[in-house]
Amino acid sequence: MSFPLLTATAALPAVGAIATAAVPAARRTAAKWMALLFSLATLVAALVVVFRFDPDKVVNSPADRYQLAESHAWIADFGVRYELGVDGIGAALLGLTALLVPFVVLAGWHDADPEDDGKSKESVATGRWRPTQGFFALILMVEAMVILSFLATDVFLFYILFEAMLIPMYFLIGGFGDKAGAHGEKEAATQRSYAAVKFLLYNLVGGLIMLAAVIGLYVVGGTFSLTEIAEARAAGNFEMATNTERLLFLGFFFAFAVKAPLWPLHTWLPNAMGEATAPVAVLITAVVDKVGTFAMLRFCLQLFPNASEWATPVILALALVSIVYGALLAVGQRDIKRLIAYASISHFGFIIMGIFAMTSQGQSGATLYMVNHGISTAALMLVAGFLITRRGSRLIADYGGVQKVAPILAGTFLVGSLATLSLPGLAPFVSEFLVLVGTFARYPVVGIIATVGIVLGALYTLVLYQRTMTGPVKENVRTMPDLRVRELAVVAPLIALLIFLGVYPKPVTDLVNPAVDQTLSDVQKQDPEPEVEAAK
Amino acid sequence: MENLIALLVAAPLLGAAVLLCGGRRLDRVGHVIGTALAFASFGIAVGLFVDMLGRSTEDRSLHQHLFSWIPVGGFQADIAFQLDQLSMTFVLLITGVGSLIHVYSMGYMEHDERRRRFFAYLNLFLAAMLILVIADNYLLLYVGWEGVGLASYLLIGFWQHKPSAATAAKKAFLVNRVGDIGLSIAIMLMFTTFGTFAFGGVLEATGETGEGKLTAIGLMLLLAACGKSAQVPLQSWLGDAMEGPTPVSALIHAATMVTAGVYLIVRSGTIFNAAPDAQLAVVIVGAVTLLFGAIVGCAKDDIKKALAGSTMSQIGYMIMAAGLGPIGYAFAIMHLVTHGFFKAGLFLGAGSVMHGMNDEVDMRKYGGLRKYMPVTFVTFGLGYLAIIGFPGLSGFWSKDKIIEAAFAYDDGIRGWIFGGVALLGAGITAFYMTRVMIMTFFGEKRWQPDAAGNEPHPHESPKSMTIPMIVLAFGSVFAGGLFSLNEAFVKWLEPVTEFHHPHPVISVPAITASTVVVLLLGAGLAYLQYGRRPVPVTPPKGSLLTRAARRDLLQDDFNHVVLVRGGEHLTRSLVYVDHSLVDGVVNGTAAGFGGLSGRLRRLQNGFARSYAVSMFGGTAILIAATLLMRAV
Amino acid sequence: MNPVNYLYLAALLFSIGATGVLIRRNAIVLFMCVELMLNACNLALVAFSRMHGNLDGQIIAFFTMVVAAAEVVVGLAIIVSLFRSRHSASVDDASLMKL
Repeated sequence: MSFPLLTATAALPAVGAIATAAVPAARRTAAKWMALLFSLATLVAALVVVFRFDPDKVVNSPADRYQLAESHAWIADFGVRYELGVDGIGAALLGLTALLVPFVVLAGWHDADPEDDGKSKESVATGRWRPTQGFFALILMVEAMVILSFLATDVFLFYILFEAMLIPMYFLIGGFGDKAGAHGEKEAATQRSYAAVKFLLYNLVGGLIMLAAVIGLYVVGGTFSLTEIAEARAAGNFEMATNTERLLFLGFFFAFAVKAPLWPLHTWLPNAMGEATAPVAVLITAVVDKVGTFAMLRFCLQLFPNASEWATPVILALALVSIVYGALLAVGQRDIKRLIAYASISHFGFIIMGIFAMTSQGQSGATLYMVNHGISTAALMLVAGFLITRRGSRLIADYGGVQKVAPILAGTFLVGSLATLSLPGLAPFVSEFLVLVGTFARYPVVGIIATVGIVLGALYTLVLYQRTMTGPVKENVRTMPDLRVRELAVVAPLIALLIFLGVYPKPVTDLVNPAVDQTLSDVQKQDPEPEVEAAK
Repeated sequence: MENLIALLVAAPLLGAAVLLCGGRRLDRVGHVIGTALAFASFGIAVGLFVDMLGRSTEDRSLHQHLFSWIPVGGFQADIAFQLDQLSMTFVLLITGVGSLIHVYSMGYMEHDERRRRFFAYLNLFLAAMLILVIADNYLLLYVGWEGVGLASYLLIGFWQHKPSAATAAKKAFLVNRVGDIGLSIAIMLMFTTFGTFAFGGVLEATGETGEGKLTAIGLMLLLAACGKSAQVPLQSWLGDAMEGPTPVSALIHAATMVTAGVYLIVRSGTIFNAAPDAQLAVVIVGAVTLLFGAIVGCAKDDIKKALAGSTMSQIGYMIMAAGLGPIGYAFAIMHLVTHGFFKAGLFLGAGSVMHGMNDEVDMRKYGGLRKYMPVTFVTFGLGYLAIIGFPGLSGFWSKDKIIEAAFAYDDGIRGWIFGGVALLGAGITAFYMTRVMIMTFFGEKRWQPDAAGNEPHPHESPKSMTIPMIVLAFGSVFAGGLFSLNEAFVKWLEPVTEFHHPHPVISVPAITASTVVVLLLGAGLAYLQYGRRPVPVTPPKGSLLTRAARRDLLQDDFNHVVLVRGGEHLTRSLVYVDHSLVDGVVNGTAAGFGGLSGRLRRLQNGFARSYAVSMFGGTAILIAATLLMRAV
Repeated sequence: MNPVNYLYLAALLFSIGATGVLIRRNAIVLFMCVELMLNACNLALVAFSRMHGNLDGQIIAFFTMVVAAAEVVVGLAIIVSLFRSRHSASVDDASLMKL
């Protein structure tokens, strides 16, 4: 038996979480370094997986599709297996997750330092009060579960992870927030716990409905294993009544649409991202939410190809609404973080639209979009977080003229904004254009309406930049320091990556394309042919 | 030689990267690095040009394929460059005028603490503009297209502490984005129709599809061109863009970037040739903008805004010529080049005037400056003569040809209409440019000390500023004539753009004569109004048209009421809807459950015997139900 | 003798016990009434066992006795400690366990 590389990759952050949590209370800094070290080790392991993965391997049987596979019996009575495997889409998202977490850790370096009031000081002395250790351990815990969910090829295993990652996220949102804002500590705590509960309830409801569908799938198919289902389907032994398939599809899709989030199931996201600290907000939107869109590609389309096609018109309509609605609401926000949250809703609309356009451009674009959106939102949100920490307010109106005082901060914020509006030359453009072209090729009207997002995206980002960074310098901003070395170390690599993937996205597209072609053949779709076969 | 093409872009791109990442250490030498790299790019361009002249006509199109950019299924985008005669013309114009303006900026921006950044943005602009004109496919062109938009955004808003500059920058970017929708849709249409969006592939395959598709593509390209080239109805950003430093106005908002729309249409000539409806739309847009810009230019008191109106109008000429098809393409490009010289020269002159006048832009507070700034006066004057089309100077050669081509649109009424509009435009051009000239350089001095008591002391600008102006003045005088020698320019471009001789509805000498008459009329009217009488310092109320023209013919007011206000209401009500309706449904469900549980918990009163009653009652009901079921 | 008569007796005893639970307040009496109900059930079970001719009912009766014995132990302990703390054996006084 070969070395269980995938398990090891997912186990690394889990071990890191335990190790970080075990660091004694007084040695906060050691815990931070521990977390950073483990997240970097995970990144290395993830890169090994990505490079060991051979995207061009010929797929003869469904089992070939997932490489580096591992399979062990787990709950034998119900046919639940611990099955892992990686395909191109999973590899891309695994890379994204492992890449972002070190930056999240580094950006949140001081977010969970205990405050200097009497109560916590006393607790620090007695060794019971360890928020720092908890914060970083929770982040690593989330990472472990997200990674494992990208690798799971057993539906039940995936379901458990899908639900379990809510627990550490709940504590991250509810337990750690920005230092008291304009409304005082008590109000902030109320808001925070409201956001955390809302996050939990929305996702739990989605998860429960999915659980019913998971059980239903077992009743129909007799197995939870993706490869076994695919094999049975290939052999013609896997039949589902039309209505059953549709119901099961809806059960799965609902959970993923809550997580993604798709209009009108989106309202938990602005609250959660607004109240959480910036690094946790990045964790929500750039990492955890990607599980939702990833699962649409892997589970909805593969398991229920006919129902996916049946639901496509409605889903495309909802995605369109998400794109326009999210962008318009972003324009109307007064709070920087909520603005970015609504922008993300708009972007998730693009991702879902690309997935259900059922073309290779649309789905490759959507996968690429997940990666690029992760990086660009991380860049924008983390810089916004640095800004908010400096001034202690999330309100756009409290800023102005930052450009003059802190040019590097403003410059990086601008690059993040430009990436968010999909400027050509930066990574998100490539994916957004692919999604648009892929959608347009099959559904021209939908594609044309979605281009409105191009203008609205520019509107909300530039309005945000103009109001915070330009104009006369506001009184409270006057003494604002520019980015520190640690903060620059977070932002600079992200920006470099945005530029690199904008100019040369081929490594990612090469990774993703074969997997997307596989998915398309699952749903028995081919790219529409061009009207004229032009001389190439 | 092909391998040098990428270097054209690489040099300024490197400059931008170094200057932006280099930090404060480069503050003292940044401008030198930026200028040197601009000249390096110009040097490479000249080398490539000489090489191209040495080749036979068929071999003049060079290709350089760098790497595959976005390969997904049938969608294959490459980073690849194509340098043909059309691109070469642009490359020379961009790097040439660009380098001159770098030199000029060394003087103009000498005392600005963010000079390094300014030169970084200028280099970024050069790189993006070069990508735009040497891309070999529409998607890469899109990259340059947005890149120049970004550079323009950064440079218009260069003085960001002024809210008006920041707003103008944002407005320019947004309006351009509306145009970008057109370019995006055009590319998507090309991909679904032809399976490719490389120039070569698309242009070869145009014949194989119906006119409807081509018209759609053409109209979308026109929308894109309207945004970038400030054509009606997307013209409103150009006037505000004058908030940027004057060298920027000269380079980006007069000589190069705003002409990208003309490039796009000429480059896609094959598509337009096969879609006459789209062509007609192009001509109409050009004709309307030509008059629109000219009228706005007549009413503005801000020297830069008057020139901006003029730019709009001149690009209207070019767009119109580009819409005329093979009879106009070459002249559109020729006018574009000559306009690049004289308009850049005029803007640099305006900058020089402002430099000497404490950044005053109101022409009503100038007057009699010819005595104080002789070099600026002469170079500006030559540019003025060129733009109004004074016989023998550059503008005459290029504009006159466009007017001829417009008269040749068809044999019927349309030829007369478009020709007439072009002729009328020439007259108005003469009027507003004469007005600018007189108000600035002639008459009595009208400036006064400002609120702080500083009286301007007009003086000639330093050499770094006057030399570029002199070079451009030479271009303004001679370029047109040189191009027209033996139809050299037309023949140079013919392999790329095709060329048919226009056959106007009236004879060519008659057109030339009437052009001269019209321009004399326009100039004479302006002289009567502004030269014979003293110019009031506070603007008179003016007629209804004047007042409308001062406000950009109410376009901004329309935008404000319909788009800005409407948009504000829409977003505000959506925020409300999201909070109370979408969220409200969920919160309402939660509140419903809360209320229900509040009622139910009253049953839990703590008395053991009441629990017992409910237990017995429940059991009794169950038994009764079971018995009943059995009985039935 | 007809075994159905035992069932009538069991029903009578059960009803007496149930009524006692509902109307009496003293915990000890309540307790005795519960025992009466349990034993009424036992009687019914044994009668069923006899009627059907198998031992299932008797076995369950034994289970019930064991459960009843365990319940007596726990229940008496609760009543005693309740009486100690409140000096009353009335169940209505112990109504603190509510939402």
